[in-house]
Amino acid sequence: MVKKISELRADFPILDQTVNGEPLVYLDNAASSQKPKQVIQKLVDYYEHDNANVHRGVHTLSQRATQAYEATRDKVKRLINAPSEREVVYTKGTTEAINWIARGYAQKILKPGDEIVLSYAEHHSNIVPWQQVCEQTGAKLVYLDLNKRGQVELADAKQKIGQKTKLVSLAQVSNVLGALNPIKEIAELAHANQAIMVVDGAQSVPHMPVDVQALDIDFLAFSGHKMLGPTGTGILWGKRELLELMSPLDFGGEMIDFVELDHSTFKEVPWKFEGGTQNIAGVIGLGEAIDYLLSIGLDQIQAHEQALMADVLPKLQQIEGFELYGSPDPKDHLGIISFNLAGLHPHDTATVLDMEGVAVRAGHHCAQPMMRKLGVPATARASFYLYNTQEDADKLVDALQKTREFFK
Amino acid sequence: MSLSSLDNLYRQMILEHANQPHHHGNLPTADKQIELRNPTCGDVLELAVKLDDSGKIADVAFSGTGCTISQASASMMTDEVIGKTPAQVAEMVEAFSEMITAKTDKDYEKLLGDAVVLEGVAQFPARIKCATLAWKAIYQALQEGGHEHE
Repeated sequence: MVKKISELRADFPILDQTVNGEPLVYLDNAASSQKPKQVIQKLVDYYEHDNANVHRGVHTLSQRATQAYEATRDKVKRLINAPSEREVVYTKGTTEAINWIARGYAQKILKPGDEIVLSYAEHHSNIVPWQQVCEQTGAKLVYLDLNKRGQVELADAKQKIGQKTKLVSLAQVSNVLGALNPIKEIAELAHANQAIMVVDGAQSVPHMPVDVQALDIDFLAFSGHKMLGPTGTGILWGKRELLELMSPLDFGGEMIDFVELDHSTFKEVPWKFEGGTQNIAGVIGLGEAIDYLLSIGLDQIQAHEQALMADVLPKLQQIEGFELYGSPDPKDHLGIISFNLAGLHPHDTATVLDMEGVAVRAGHHCAQPMMRKLGVPATARASFYLYNTQEDADKLVDALQKTREFFK
Repeated sequence: MSLSSLDNLYRQMILEHANQPHHHGNLPTADKQIELRNPTCGDVLELAVKLDDSGKIADVAFSGTGCTISQASASMMTDEVIGKTPAQVAEMVEAFSEMITAKTDKDYEKLLGDAVVLEGVAQFPARIKCATLAWKAIYQALQEGGHEHE
């Protein structure tokens, strides 16, 4: 990285603390990332100098707020190489973005017998909205299997994506296994069948370069808080013509052109979706987070995490009773490692790690179908990000060895 | 911090119960059966209860998956409720919940027996749900007797 990791860590005030008497080692980034002081300061500056409602105001503060709020669209455009900032819609997160696609778009076009293709590795936020749509429309869900590397298998996708398929929705990177799916190939397959390709980018956009034009996908959803931004921010990107077809779900203030007594006309894309006063400060903070990520480079962040994976995975696998889920190859883990210690419930593991200052997640990671496929009720999950160091990785290994000994 | 603070949570008796749980399995002739889930961690607990003619608990058995705390708590609960009336069990469940959440100095041993070793869970708020699952299950099995999810 251009910025040395020691300098970069100094940007994250929260990392400089002890937890249970030990230096904090934060390895729960797949759930939510920490925020650099640049983002925190941006929120403070906004509230101290520019706070006002956007779009409506003639006065100076409203103009400043509007300009800063709208500027984030252009930053998102650069981040994901969207053709236009007008295709960037603000949401409160990935979940809301997928729900909007499901209810605002899919529900309008699906008919009984149509199929939506997902995979067993999806997060609940990329399963439950589609179940709801199926209930409304009579469409049905088809699940893709995973190969030994934890990815969707193309051969299986070729069997299951066909003329009945109207929509395919997949995570680019699994939040449990950390494996990268062949999105470009699947999108091609979907398009060959006139189906729409939706991508859940919650675990990919923060960690690697994502180019919506190169992938040739139709919708992309991701969260701001997993990529150094404030909570309650997210992005829905969609191809212009699809966003035009998609109906808004939040009707009311801000999103209208003219309101008559019995009907109204709506603003253009993307503003027709953003009803009510939005998370203005959050969106501006997300813009700052994107600047921060782009200043380092997503390719650099990916390389840094890859180096950590290549180092830590073999060390972890040497721990007695370490059970890894997904691929044994570090290259198939984009910063995410799910595991268990033999004979030990992950909640017990996570409690011991917490006493050592190491924050990991334990549970089903909002992916109960994936857990059933793995044949376990729950796993522990360590997930890394740009500010994690070799020392963090070593501390995880050390704390897991202590966990083993404690329960011997 | 050394891991010695964990000794308050993982007391020897708790580890023994978790490793070799009492009343583990099922009861083919059960009067009441319930399955409870802890949605935050995916744990599942199945509980079967057999009542005697006077309405007291004659036998009880549990199965399912869970962490050390939830398994030990279930095991201890089964030890303590046999021979009790549903009203007595309700009182115990309330006392247990109070013990691991309220951090009072009250002595619960008379009411809860060996299960008082779980009082250390109070210092680990993230684990309270693990400890209460089995107690919620017996309460709901006796009160409603239905097939419920938490």
